[in-house]
Amino acid sequence: MEVDIGIQVQDLNAWFGNTQALHGINLQIPAKQTTAIIGPSGCGKSTFVRCLNRMHETLPQARVTGHVQISDLDVYGRGVSPVWIRRRVGMVFQKPNPFPTMNIYDNVAAGLKLNGLGSRRQMDEVVEKSLRSAALWDEVKDILKKKSGASLSGGQQQRLCIARALAVEPDVLLMDEPASALDPISTSKIEDLIFELKARYTVVIVTHNMQQAARVAEFTAFFLMGNLVEFDKTETMFTKPSDKRTEDYITGRFG
Amino acid sequence: MPKKQLQTIPWWRRAKNFAAIGSIGLATVIVILPLVLILGTVLYKGIGSLDWNLFTQIPKPAGELGGGMANGIAGSVMILMIASIIGIPLGIGSGVFLAEYGRNIYGNIVRFTADVLNGVPSIVIGLTAYALVVVVQGHFSLLAGGIALGIMMIPTVSRTTEEVLLMVPQTIREAALGLGIPHWRTTLSVVLPSARSGIITSIMLAFARIAGETAPLMFTAFGNQFWSTKLNQPTAALPLQIFTYAVSGFEDQRRQAWAGAFVLIVMIVGTVLIVRFITSRGALKGAN
Repeated sequence: MEVDIGIQVQDLNAWFGNTQALHGINLQIPAKQTTAIIGPSGCGKSTFVRCLNRMHETLPQARVTGHVQISDLDVYGRGVSPVWIRRRVGMVFQKPNPFPTMNIYDNVAAGLKLNGLGSRRQMDEVVEKSLRSAALWDEVKDILKKKSGASLSGGQQQRLCIARALAVEPDVLLMDEPASALDPISTSKIEDLIFELKARYTVVIVTHNMQQAARVAEFTAFFLMGNLVEFDKTETMFTKPSDKRTEDYITGRFG
Repeated sequence: MPKKQLQTIPWWRRAKNFAAIGSIGLATVIVILPLVLILGTVLYKGIGSLDWNLFTQIPKPAGELGGGMANGIAGSVMILMIASIIGIPLGIGSGVFLAEYGRNIYGNIVRFTADVLNGVPSIVIGLTAYALVVVVQGHFSLLAGGIALGIMMIPTVSRTTEEVLLMVPQTIREAALGLGIPHWRTTLSVVLPSARSGIITSIMLAFARIAGETAPLMFTAFGNQFWSTKLNQPTAALPLQIFTYAVSGFEDQRRQAWAGAFVLIVMIVGTVLIVRFITSRGALKGAN
């Protein structure tokens, strides 16, 4: 495949206590493209993306081995702080999780403010730019400092969370089933957004919705029971899968 | 489609329902009744016994009519301030430690200690303050009383703070960590504000509990017939004064005890209400 590599994953293993959730994953995720991670529940999709920004290790008894390289950044390198990694690798979660005590403006600015970055003047620009990128600006520009992030609708909250992640200007955006808690209209807005974002970011999206993978992603990886079964262009994957198990899953024979 | 007849509820289900709701209601009344009786008695006897002298004068020698509890009110305010200065930061601090960093052996030790401390009779805590402060200083003091009550605040604030922090959804913490915000910053700027009202409730509960404590003050603040708000002097305190006067042989002192009890309750309820009012303003609407 003739594309730049955004994320290089080598021999990645992950555990919860004694249960191994990921088995020796090797994967090269293309830069400035959208890659979908699909697979049945419990196959390790979420665990995989949470290993890319070192969120996995925040859970009790969680452990990771292996190598992840994001451009010049050795994610599991000696002396590398997970905090640095997470500033470069943004994450959007399954359930919208705006900070309940902050207004809309502060929600977007949180990543910079709480890290002591950016001046006040810059902040206004960053907030506007991020909200525009998340296609939320027009809906909230008049209530930025008046309303709590939690007062928005579910779909708006999720776009707010995307804006919040974009505000720290990451290289990579991880999305863990970002639309699974949303109605169809909000979902399609998020999908349009993902389509625009890939011009500037390497996007990795976990989804259990195969139509969604087909709609938004150039590349797709199929996970099964903690193993990477197949990785290919989405089109190839959905028309001519090379592995029998992928075909069975895509055609709905299990999962 | 044939219309289905709405069934009426049979009598025995109505009876069961009545019995169940009735017994719950009865239990509620039995629980609330003592509180109503206590408050009612104090209000009735207290308001009737109130006079300005209570707030403006210090106690008169036994047997003389009149006098007040001005020194006791001032002493109580001072003692509670010192207790809060000690108890609130230590309580919140250890509660944060337990919730955010305490999933280990150290946390379990602190948790166990706090629970034991919570169960220690208040008079024992008074004795401890006596041994540690009064004996060392060489005399009873306001400071010793404040320290005794402050120690009593710590476990209540600590354990409830922990519980309230654990109720903050994990997803909120993940959101902050995912932005590259360090754990300590996340705790300070995201988790604690989310739990603010719960933490304030825990402080108020602890405050109300210690405000009426008498036993730990007996051999720490000790009481004082005269005006004194010096840290290193024996100090009058409202609960002590009430205790002394309530069992007095003089009619007028028993009257003042009722009035003092009323003032004490008003002080506690007033503080709680004022704190609630101040802290509820400025918070974002729709935040909780």
